[in-house]
Amino acid sequence: MPERVATLSPIRLSVNGREYQLELDHRTTLLDALRENLDLTGSKKGCDHGQCGACTVMLDGRRANACLIFAVAAQTHDITTIEGVGAAGNLHPLQQAFIDHDGLQCGYCTPGQICSAVAMLAEVEAGWPSAVTPDVAAGPVDLDESETRERMSGNLCRCGAYVNIVAAIQDVVG
Amino acid sequence: MKEFGYERPAHPTDALAMIAGVAGARFLGGGTNLVDLMKLGVETPAVLIDVTALPYDFVTDDADGGLRVGSGTRNSDLAAHLAVRRRYPALAQAVLAGASGQLRNMATVGGNLLQRTRCPYFQDVTKPCNKRVPDSGCPARDGEHHNLAILGGSDLCIATNPSDMAVALAAFDAVVFVEEPAGPRAVPIADFYRLPADEPQRETTLEPGALITAVALPALPWAANSRYRKARERASYSFAIGSVAVALDVADGMVRDVRIALGAVAPIPWRAYRAEQSLRGQPATEVAFREAADAELEWAQPLRDNRYKVPLVRNLMVRTLIELVQAS
Repeated sequence: MPERVATLSPIRLSVNGREYQLELDHRTTLLDALRENLDLTGSKKGCDHGQCGACTVMLDGRRANACLIFAVAAQTHDITTIEGVGAAGNLHPLQQAFIDHDGLQCGYCTPGQICSAVAMLAEVEAGWPSAVTPDVAAGPVDLDESETRERMSGNLCRCGAYVNIVAAIQDVVG
Repeated sequence: MKEFGYERPAHPTDALAMIAGVAGARFLGGGTNLVDLMKLGVETPAVLIDVTALPYDFVTDDADGGLRVGSGTRNSDLAAHLAVRRRYPALAQAVLAGASGQLRNMATVGGNLLQRTRCPYFQDVTKPCNKRVPDSGCPARDGEHHNLAILGGSDLCIATNPSDMAVALAAFDAVVFVEEPAGPRAVPIADFYRLPADEPQRETTLEPGALITAVALPALPWAANSRYRKARERASYSFAIGSVAVALDVADGMVRDVRIALGAVAPIPWRAYRAEQSLRGQPATEVAFREAADAELEWAQPLRDNRYKVPLVRNLMVRTLIELVQAS
């Protein structure tokens, strides 16, 4: 190892199916790289400590807090941000449901809520239990209101739109 | 944040050579705690050695009927694994009771074991903390300690271990496999964590530069009748103020065997040996459960603002034991 360690590196990020080449200081979080270097400002910085979920993105389809992973450590993943979930005129069903049910007020937490919900539905599909699942050894879970609330607890909404967020997700589950 | 180098070795031998070769190097798993501590200035590593490319992402059957979990296994994969859910349900429940869906997807088993206390003084570099800066003092005893230890603390430190997962591992007598400069070692979980005594900065018995490779869950057929219960200040996504992992083997109304571990009450996941001893061979009744809980908690040394933990944890133990009798 060299005497003086390199503190920046060439970094390749795969975001929403596109490859990006950057040179970044290792201190750059994935969230800051997305927002400041790639101009993908849909992912939001709320607490910057993994406590609010506003920065939620998907790494290989799994939800994660972009504020707690350094960009240099995110290079092996296929990253999906809200910009890759849907767009005006081509909304994801969850995005449409959030509109239909008023699942937001100020909207700051919404990109994180949507990314989280998209991945959460895949977790349910895969049969993952949650902290409110009565029997973790049992088979598939029914995503009722209680399960929805527990599974979405990593996304805070300071406007308190929770009732409508739950309704929007329940609507998509059908 | 201080600048740092970054390496991502693919082989354990490279990872061990790197950590030994650079002062201030630290292993990086999911980063959910370490990255946050770096933002807070509590951790200032010179180099991060990312261990997520090492071949430690697995859950496999051991020959003795137990399970072996790689240290790089993500918390969500551990909790979703059918063998864990069926054979050690309290472990799946404990992991699911911690953090959020996002954080569990990132956090690794090894990182969960080594996560640091959430004591507010430890996390605030403007305050003294004997754990963070030895001999700097501890404001918690007279200050904000409502969620700090009632068991196992010392004059120098009353920080609590924040892990839910480790409480279940303690109940199941897990064994932690590590690679150290001197070679590989198998560390029973009961010997893995250190009480603070006069060195609160030393939290485990690991040698510097140690790399956790796996955790073994010994075979325990009656662990299928186990449960994790957690009390916290909001319904979800919050650290425990008290928790319990219990496994119960009951036959003909008598306790044949029992495992009890407590969380959020001590600097380590607290195995309630006294309660277990008091219960073995006794009738599986609420009276016996209360006596067992009291046998453990009579050693508690609560402070001004954490006295509530004594009845809280007593009731968690009794209630969970009753539920496990009903489930038997």
